[in-house]
Amino acid sequence: MKAPPFSYIRPEAVESVIECLQQYGDDAVLLAGGQSLMASLNMRLSAPGVLVDINNVDSLSEIALVGNHLRIGAMTRQVEVEQSSLVAEHAPLISMAMPYIAHPAVRNRGTIGGSIAFADPAAELPACVVALQANLIAQGSKGERKIPATEFFKGLYETALTSDEVLTAIELPVAADQQKFAFRELARRHGDYAMVGVCAFTEWSEKSLSEARLVYFNVGDQPVVAVQTAAALKGVLSAENLESALEYLAEDLDPLSDLNADPSMRLHLAKVLTQRIFQEWMP
Amino acid sequence: MTINARDRWVLDRPNSYIGRSVPRPNAKRLLEGRGNFVDDVVLPRMLHAVFVRSPYAHARIVSIDVEAAKGCPGVVAIVTGKQLAEHHSPWVGVLQHLKGITSPPQYAIAIDKACWQGEAVAAILAQSREQGEDAIDSVIVDWEELPVVADPETALDPDTPQIHDSLENNLCWERNFAAGDVDQAFTKADVVVEETFSVGRHTGVTVEPRSIVADYQPGEEKLTVYQSTQAPHMMQNVFAKHLGLNEGDVRVITKDVGGSFGIKVHVYADEFAAVALSRMFRRPIKFIADRLESFVTDIHARDHIVKARLAVSKDGTIEALEFDDLTGIGPYSMYPRTSGIEANQIVNLTGGAYQIQNYKAKTQVVFQNKGVMCQYRAVGHPVACLIAEGLVDYAAREINMDPVAIRRKNLFPDDAYPCKSITGMAFENLSHHQSLDKLIEMMEYDKLREEQETYRKQGTYRGIGLATFIEVTNPSPMFYGVGGAAISAQDGCTLRLDAKGNIFCATGVTEQGQGTEAVIAQIVATSVGVPMENIRVVTGDTEVTPYGGGTWASRGCGIAGEAAAQAGHVLRDNILDVAGIMLQTESTALDIQNGKIVDAADGTERTTLDEVARVAYYRPDTFPEDFQSELMVTRHYVPRDYPFAFTNGVQASYLEVDIETGFIRLLKHWCVEDCGTVINPQLVDEQIRGGIVQGLGGALFEHCIYSEDGQLLNGTMADYLVPMAAEIPDIDCAHVVSMTNSSELGAKGAGEAGTAGAPAAVMNALNDALSPFGVKLATMPFTPQTVLKALGAQ
Amino acid sequence: MNRKAELLEGDVEINLTVNGEQIVERVPVRRNLVDFLRVNLGLTGSHVGCEHGVCGACTVRLDDQIIRGCLTLAVQADGKRVDTIEGLSDDGTLKDLQIVFHERNALQCGFCTPGILLTAAEMLQQRPDVNREQIREYLSGNYCRCTGYHAIIDAIESVAKTRRQEISNDN
Repeated sequence: MKAPPFSYIRPEAVESVIECLQQYGDDAVLLAGGQSLMASLNMRLSAPGVLVDINNVDSLSEIALVGNHLRIGAMTRQVEVEQSSLVAEHAPLISMAMPYIAHPAVRNRGTIGGSIAFADPAAELPACVVALQANLIAQGSKGERKIPATEFFKGLYETALTSDEVLTAIELPVAADQQKFAFRELARRHGDYAMVGVCAFTEWSEKSLSEARLVYFNVGDQPVVAVQTAAALKGVLSAENLESALEYLAEDLDPLSDLNADPSMRLHLAKVLTQRIFQEWMP
Repeated sequence: MTINARDRWVLDRPNSYIGRSVPRPNAKRLLEGRGNFVDDVVLPRMLHAVFVRSPYAHARIVSIDVEAAKGCPGVVAIVTGKQLAEHHSPWVGVLQHLKGITSPPQYAIAIDKACWQGEAVAAILAQSREQGEDAIDSVIVDWEELPVVADPETALDPDTPQIHDSLENNLCWERNFAAGDVDQAFTKADVVVEETFSVGRHTGVTVEPRSIVADYQPGEEKLTVYQSTQAPHMMQNVFAKHLGLNEGDVRVITKDVGGSFGIKVHVYADEFAAVALSRMFRRPIKFIADRLESFVTDIHARDHIVKARLAVSKDGTIEALEFDDLTGIGPYSMYPRTSGIEANQIVNLTGGAYQIQNYKAKTQVVFQNKGVMCQYRAVGHPVACLIAEGLVDYAAREINMDPVAIRRKNLFPDDAYPCKSITGMAFENLSHHQSLDKLIEMMEYDKLREEQETYRKQGTYRGIGLATFIEVTNPSPMFYGVGGAAISAQDGCTLRLDAKGNIFCATGVTEQGQGTEAVIAQIVATSVGVPMENIRVVTGDTEVTPYGGGTWASRGCGIAGEAAAQAGHVLRDNILDVAGIMLQTESTALDIQNGKIVDAADGTERTTLDEVARVAYYRPDTFPEDFQSELMVTRHYVPRDYPFAFTNGVQASYLEVDIETGFIRLLKHWCVEDCGTVINPQLVDEQIRGGIVQGLGGALFEHCIYSEDGQLLNGTMADYLVPMAAEIPDIDCAHVVSMTNSSELGAKGAGEAGTAGAPAAVMNALNDALSPFGVKLATMPFTPQTVLKALGAQ
Repeated sequence: MNRKAELLEGDVEINLTVNGEQIVERVPVRRNLVDFLRVNLGLTGSHVGCEHGVCGACTVRLDDQIIRGCLTLAVQADGKRVDTIEGLSDDGTLKDLQIVFHERNALQCGFCTPGILLTAAEMLQQRPDVNREQIREYLSGNYCRCTGYHAIIDAIESVAKTRRQEISNDN
């Protein structure tokens, strides 16, 4: 279908974006890469009164090392994130996830901030930033704030951003030598939203796993952190303790059903993916 | 006509294009984005038709209030079904040769009630598509929901509501066939295997959606329709008939078509409505189905549940085959080809590759409140193949016989022809054994089996699956004409030598990308004796081409190609008559080779085509008084001796199943196809590849999923899964050639063979991979979920 | 200095370069780029297949990158450069791909072809040493129903090989 009628405004600075959001309130939506919003408008799934196009706002698309953080501007195109050597070196989990996101033409326009703010539970980047315990930098009428990724996602397409806030950057802790990352996803076809996926952040001392964070996507209405499973994995990795740790997934995850998989299948797939990650890391 | 081997004049021509993989001349402009698709057509004062569609699968239209919508910006008019009915007659999708088939009359826009989710209930005519869509919500429809029939298995139960009051029940058609003594055979059999095969309804998803621009010109009282269709003459007849127009005042033009595969060979209510609206408002109307509309209104296909069983002897001989098929179509049988043909093919063709003495088949076609259903590439063959090839593999496993060996035991011998199948299908000449031998060699079958064994020991499960099949091509009037349909099985070719020695060629078949224009040009070039570059082929215009059938049931090359070969021969003769006079030689001593008139004996150049044309057109005063040159020739052709030119083929699939995730990875696919004379090997192979991938889509990904209340749950490109490049393997093709004697060219058809065998090959490979687990999957599509459930892995 | 952004409604005027030509046109704010190209400029070589951003038939270049024409607004192309299949054909950018596609019959109905060609061109620019599997992956956002992809993979692989050979011949 064709998009319903809307008004359009293209501010050039973050302050103006915030002014627009204040002025137009609930009737306004932000247009970032547009790869999700435009598809939804083309299906007439929503009819916002005002599109606030933030593609011309300067200073929102830089990737830079700031102290021991990697800062990625929210409007950085996914393709740039994918090709960035800084990201590959300092946030390898993100680099691993990028090729799974849709297709090249979509990644040329899609933005990292847009994907995170859209908060699709089946998307890759929200789970990644939760696994990395990133901070999401937002700016609104009350100024700037840092929202921990673990507090950012509230539900289906719902985030902690208030109606007059815009995501401006993602701040990722720089990867350290003793850390290992993994990303696994199962999708019916290459580039589709995941049937289920997992981001793994681990920290090792000698052969022992000292810290683990397992974040699953498309298992609920937001990324889900498997707290008990991760805790049970700590220590020296063995086939036995891997198997018993994975039992906790049934408690950590309460997957939903859709046309591709019912809850028990999702849980099973989550187990298989996790098992395959840690089998590769088995001493 | 029956041709003897020595009469194949056209296959003996020098500088022949037959068998050459010539690139398609008309592909060049497509590569530059310079195609002519219907949405590219813009006419003065053109309006856009946007339809208000039923959100319910079954609901009475109590009232429609259009007053508010009429005032929306850009809206010119809004028309309800009742209003439009005054301008057209309804149609009924029945044919006489499908005894007992019934369907109620269908109007272009629903009048009393909507019978499927997505059925159009009003048309908005607006200045732009956007404005039309904006007005949809302002059309106020008062609905009364009605009970929904969405389960074929209960559609005929006495307490299931009837969709149509005018009919006795929800049965569209039933056919029973029996030959031999099936009951005896099953009682006596050494081994009986049985299965309930279930095929999920799926659809074509052409990249170019259905598109039409209707231009009724009040001055000339003439209707011109630009339509993305396979059969312009059929549509010409339909528009004239149901709008009360003279057929001679209706012109249908089909230029480039962005994929069809059978989707665009049917009469769609919304397309017809656009045409009726053009007549009503006396100005051009454009309707382009968008993707969301396409999913709910394009024909679906292959919604079947089949309970089947096979009886075999210990030595692998098939003793009997029996099945009971149930297919749930939409609420109407499609017009004019009927929605009974798919089921009819399944009864006619299942097990057709094998010598079977005892056969019993039943099919019931039932109405549902779901999308309409009708012929889609390979019509019925994929299901027929699943049944037979699936059961044959089960039997092989039961008696511990190799799947190749059991097929060799039962396939019609290569010297059995002519003969008939147990269902009366007449086979002229097939090559099942030669094809199977070629396939086994090509795929290195024994090596693959060893590889499979090695992998199995390592806990990796790979499978090899075979599927042999027969395919209907080059249909005679037995397919539709005898049933009373105004669908032509004959076809024609007109050739004209132009003043500068070029050849204009018009043919009644159409192009959707398979290479029709190229193949016809190759044949004409060969027949006449000119370089292909000198020929311009025109298709898809009822005002310009011979009366023909268009493209369907793989008829283009075999039927229209033959007409082209004959026309070329006659044109050549007529040109040589003129040349003979000019050169004072017997015309029989001359030939046309490489565009030049030459001495037939030694190829010495005598004169040129443009010189012949110059004399014939500008200096006929130089001819004898009793001589009239005829440098424009038309010939027609229709197969007379066989109802269909059956082809045969065999396919193999090699795949790997991840038994932990249920994911299936297709590793490779092979096909050996015998379609008789191959005019352009590359084009044939590409038809086979494209057809195979559609079959693979149906096997693993594609499924129109309906809720209990008749709502299509996955009608978007994100949710309905079509195969994309990363999911599909390389496909190797090879050929055996068994020419038909029904034509000089000896060409049969090839367009649908790939789709016919691919799903069965995949199913057999999947079950082969999982055989260590005793798993048998028979519900298509085969998804990770169904694999895991079968393995009990959850 | 940031000037105050103006709320645009209805039709607006946009200035952009399309296939090297300066264009000034009025366009509804809500019209997407591919509809603008087709309807306003008569450049019908880019096609509309789904409007969901999935099929890739609408693929065009915006400032030298391939994008989905159905997911970008025409107003977003204001001040930018758009290249379509027509322009990239006429300026020879796609020539070697088109020749090989033609020879190999890597197209049938042609509806997906412009999108496939533009995607292939970017693919070969980004990854000159792409292999068959990578070609399939890169193309996974372009839906073709006619070919079954095999011929397209063959054609792109062949062009990649020839280009690599030409580069090594030059060296």
